[in-house]
Amino acid sequence: MLLTIEGLTKRYGTGDAALNGVDLAIPAGEVVGLIGPSGAGKSTLIRCINRLVEPTAGRVFLAGDEVTGRRDLRFMRRRMGMIFQEFALVERLTVMENVLSGRLGYVPYWRSLLRRYPAADVQRAFATLDRVGLLDHVDKRADALSGGQRQRVGIARALLQQPDILLVDEPTASLDPKTSRQIMRLICEVCAERSLAAVVNMHDVALAQMFLSRIVGLRQGRVVYDGPSNGLTPEVLTVIYGEEDWTRSAQRDDDVADEDVHGARPHGREPLAAVG
Amino acid sequence: MTDTTAPDPNRTIATPSVTVPQHPLSRRMRGWIGWLLLIVLLAWSWNAAEMFRVSALLADWRNMAEFGAAFLAPDFHDWDTYLADMVVTVQIALWGTALAVFFGIPFAILCSSNIAPVWIVQPLRRMMDACRAINEIVFALMFVVAVGLGPFAGVMALFVHNLGIFAKLFSEAVEAIDPRPVEGIRATGAGRLQEVIFGVIPQVMPLWSSFTLYRLETNVRSATTLGIVGAGGIGQTLYESIRSFHYAETAAQVIIVILAVIAIDMASARIRKILV
Ligand SMILES: Nc1ncnc2c1ncn2[C@@H]1O[C@H](COP(=O)(O)OP(=O)(O)OP(=O)(O)O)[C@@H](O)[C@H]1O
Ligand SMILES: [Mg+2]
Repeated sequence: MLLTIEGLTKRYGTGDAALNGVDLAIPAGEVVGLIGPSGAGKSTLIRCINRLVEPTAGRVFLAGDEVTGRRDLRFMRRRMGMIFQEFALVERLTVMENVLSGRLGYVPYWRSLLRRYPAADVQRAFATLDRVGLLDHVDKRADALSGGQRQRVGIARALLQQPDILLVDEPTASLDPKTSRQIMRLICEVCAERSLAAVVNMHDVALAQMFLSRIVGLRQGRVVYDGPSNGLTPEVLTVIYGEEDWTRSAQRDDDVADEDVHGARPHGREPLAAVG
Repeated sequence: MTDTTAPDPNRTIATPSVTVPQHPLSRRMRGWIGWLLLIVLLAWSWNAAEMFRVSALLADWRNMAEFGAAFLAPDFHDWDTYLADMVVTVQIALWGTALAVFFGIPFAILCSSNIAPVWIVQPLRRMMDACRAINEIVFALMFVVAVGLGPFAGVMALFVHNLGIFAKLFSEAVEAIDPRPVEGIRATGAGRLQEVIFGVIPQVMPLWSSFTLYRLETNVRSATTLGIVGAGGIGQTLYESIRSFHYAETAAQVIIVILAVIAIDMASARIRKILV
């Protein structure tokens, strides 16, 4: 297993447990969707993996190396690329500077301070920007980009780490439906190309089903579903999200998913992808 | 048509008549007590501040007139010395500001509660408060004793006082930053210093430069007084002219100070506009 999570628990300050004994195993190259209602602990789970949030209990292993409880976090974090809902770019830096910051976990301090990244890193940055379709925007400042473009910068930054896994927290929640799909497609494609594993937090069940084959459902800090995305029956969705009439939206979204997969998109209309 | 659109001055808009509720009595009382307190304070200070001598302004009007007349006929025959002294004053301010910025930056970072732990922040802040609490002139007196008469004492006085000011102003900017880009940098495996340099500094740079220029203006003005205690610059010349009743020369020096300060304020305002 590339990522193994054992009994992960997180208690914030005074509140209840945001995570309550989560077990999860992800093999290399698998992209897993993480769904659940607001406050279920999706972000907390993702952030406990690279310890942006310090877990209260439990263990996390990346390719056999324990992430929890070690001091030299740098060496673990650089193997995990993170992609954020709000992009988390440094607005006043250029696209290239933002992407190159993905190498900060590797380059010696003095090099990064003098902005003297190794030539190989710069070349890789260009190649990655080319891959995400931003080669024309290299020297623009990040705050001059659209939301979709910014998220591409975020993806490029994460990829430049040459990670084993991507931790993706609601990558499309700030984007319109069409851009959302393009971004999801890009994430899935780059994961396939590099046999990268990923955990992708999502609110949009239909979008998750469209792109991902394995879904983990979280409710009140516990894993309540872990299985194929076509197993998300109305009953399962009720377990994850609570009582609601799921049949109609689930049906319609299945159609949408088929259309997209087969490339037979209706003319002039981008089908609705959002539910819940 | 027109009579429907033109506003009819006789028509009153039907508004329900409501009386604006008065502030509750307790709040009005507090207002009155506040004013009363202010008056008591001023009365208490009247004697100590020798405000009873306000008539001296009128009684000694000849002195005032003599002084005023000098301004109509300023004596510029030593203008090159005055100008040289003014340039030294600006140079003192430049070095004092530069040193304060250079050493103020690390202090500011360590005084920011979103960067440094509280056991570093609190003692450092108190130390910076102390620097700020003591006026430049007082520091100048101390440094004249410590390093001898002359501009260097002035530079050191400005440096220490402004160190406290920059630490405070800069750290307030740091505490107001967007934390998400910093997390973005942290997630790449960057170290603490790299987080600051790539995540924090780019965000605060516009404010920091603006504060620096603003303080430079203030420091040029302060530096004109440092000479009075022997810490270099035009202040010394000014003080000597006044003490020996050379009002025409004093007038010329004051005019040079005014022109120089205005020029620097204007230049710095220009630059700040470009930066922000
Ligand atoms: N920094 C924090 N301090 C205290 N409590 C927190 C913090 N972050 C999250 N929580 C709490 O932990 C629980 C899980 O939050 P989390 O953000 O992980 O949920 P989520 O599934 O990502 O929700 P959403 O879908 O709205 O993003 C919530 O009850 C939340 O209030
Ligand atoms: Mg979340």
